[in-house]
Amino acid sequence: MMEFNSRNARTWSMLGACGAFGLAAADLADNDDDFAVVTADLCFFSGLERMREKHPEKLYNVGIAEQNMIGVAGGMVKEGMNVFATTYASFATTRVLDQVKVTMGYMKLPVKLIGLTSGYSVGILGATHMSVEDIAIMRSIPDMVVLSPADCTETVKCVYAAAQCEKPVYIRLTGTQRTPIVYSGDYDFCIGKAISLREGEDVAVFATGTMVSESVKAAKKLEEEGISCTVVDVHTIKPLDVETIRKYADCKLIVTVEEHNVIGGLGSAVAEALCGMRERAPQLMIGIEDFYPHAGSYEHLMKISGLTAEDIAARIRISLR
Amino acid sequence: MEQKRIEELNHMCAEMRRDVLRMAKAAGNSGAHFGGTLSMIEIAAALYAEVMNISKELLHSEERDRFILSKGHGVPAVYAAMKQVGILSEEELDTFKKDETRLYGHPCMDAEIGIEYSTGSLGQGLSLAVGAALGMRHKNNHTSRVFVVLGDGECDEGSVWEAAMAAAQFSLNNVVAIVDRNHLQYDGDTETILKLESLEEKWKSFGWDVRCIDGHDVAACCAAFSGRTDRPLAVIADTVKGKGISFMENDPSWHHKKMSSAQELQAMEEMAHDGI
Repeated sequence: MMEFNSRNARTWSMLGACGAFGLAAADLADNDDDFAVVTADLCFFSGLERMREKHPEKLYNVGIAEQNMIGVAGGMVKEGMNVFATTYASFATTRVLDQVKVTMGYMKLPVKLIGLTSGYSVGILGATHMSVEDIAIMRSIPDMVVLSPADCTETVKCVYAAAQCEKPVYIRLTGTQRTPIVYSGDYDFCIGKAISLREGEDVAVFATGTMVSESVKAAKKLEEEGISCTVVDVHTIKPLDVETIRKYADCKLIVTVEEHNVIGGLGSAVAEALCGMRERAPQLMIGIEDFYPHAGSYEHLMKISGLTAEDIAARIRISLR
Repeated sequence: MEQKRIEELNHMCAEMRRDVLRMAKAAGNSGAHFGGTLSMIEIAAALYAEVMNISKELLHSEERDRFILSKGHGVPAVYAAMKQVGILSEEELDTFKKDETRLYGHPCMDAEIGIEYSTGSLGQGLSLAVGAALGMRHKNNHTSRVFVVLGDGECDEGSVWEAAMAAAQFSLNNVVAIVDRNHLQYDGDTETILKLESLEEKWKSFGWDVRCIDGHDVAACCAAFSGRTDRPLAVIADTVKGKGISFMENDPSWHHKKMSSAQELQAMEEMAHDGI
């Protein structure tokens, strides 16, 4: 298997989450006879060239037919194979939701579904290719595990962990190429166990996906102003690490940050975890404010949605006043 | 096929129709999918009693043939066939649609009774079959086959054709798709709602071998389903929706309904005259 070191972290970051997934898949193909990837015409986009060169028999391209892809993956899993299915996050979730519900939810067939370029990664292609609903949708399916890695190193961690997981898993890949590195070396990754990246007294920030590194940047800015922030990487949206989240309930402000609609995503999940507590801080929910923006570059869309480190710091500052 | 065996199978089909009435009665006010169940009785009998390598002892065996009811609403026909081969008891048929039953109104995955997949949302069974066939090939299981029964109305679903293309693309000669061509869907005649013809040409052009049979001729069913070619095989079984109960035949309102007591009596009467 690939080593978790700073050199690999840099390589994976250069490739972006799709490329990192492809390398991890090639690794799994080397090590597991029953491993296979089913893709809906996104072999290259999923970074699977290396795996295809070495193990062409383990790659099943079903064409641009996402509904069929889910059923095919389900049938293969039922016969004992370890199957990852890949397509754009929008198509993996909103387009084929009934197949996902029946195959992965109702039947609990442990397909590992990869949602490529979630959030605004390919926002220049318009809202058809933006995925701002997938966390909300996928976490509402009973038994579904929902992972949302913070960077490319964590993408590799998620893929390896999903391969060992006996439940159906959705992995939400965000960010573009040259994604900021959050983890430059090896670390303990466990599905369902959130990771505190820095500790502070005043504010607890729970972030997921690309918003983890933005939140760390925001926390550094605020620290200079005397506001200390905890930042937690919530790489597992479901099952949510309720224990860790509740541990921070007594700070001055709880913040959730996600490259996802503010409705139904990480913010909602954290609110659900805290709502039964008598003593708890108010929650600031930062995300996409329930709209589909016009097509635009990733940086532009982040700016107009208020998802940059500056925006996050500013919103926290105002909320604390 | 020997005449004696054909007679046995026909007798079995009559008994299965009677068991469908029994299950519908057990379901009480919730009624049953009579039309699409009664149209596929001979298909289910041929598969379970003759063609498929399946029995109570084989349910967990790798060598078993896999069965998928893509048109999930026809499941009473399958439960009735499972009773004929000893997978289900007569008593269990009376739990049909009751709370905590294993016999849901649509098939629910249950390895103990050999329900391979949960269906009910149309257009998904053939994709599962393609995956199962690929999985079996991966395991070097070249003897078992996957049998899928689809409704003709179900063929409106685009996903059926995605899966049909994939089966041909992957040269899955271990997949048999049987289309219960009963000519009716919920709202009426299939050709009036969304024209399917020529169904035979459609499957052919998707790269399948196609056989067209009378779906109530049990010997023809057995012969067609047993056929092996080097391509996936589609059998278009021409049937009558509601077959065997006069007032249900060719009447779309019996897609799903509850019988009145008078209708129940009449149906039992007709069944009684059917050689049981």
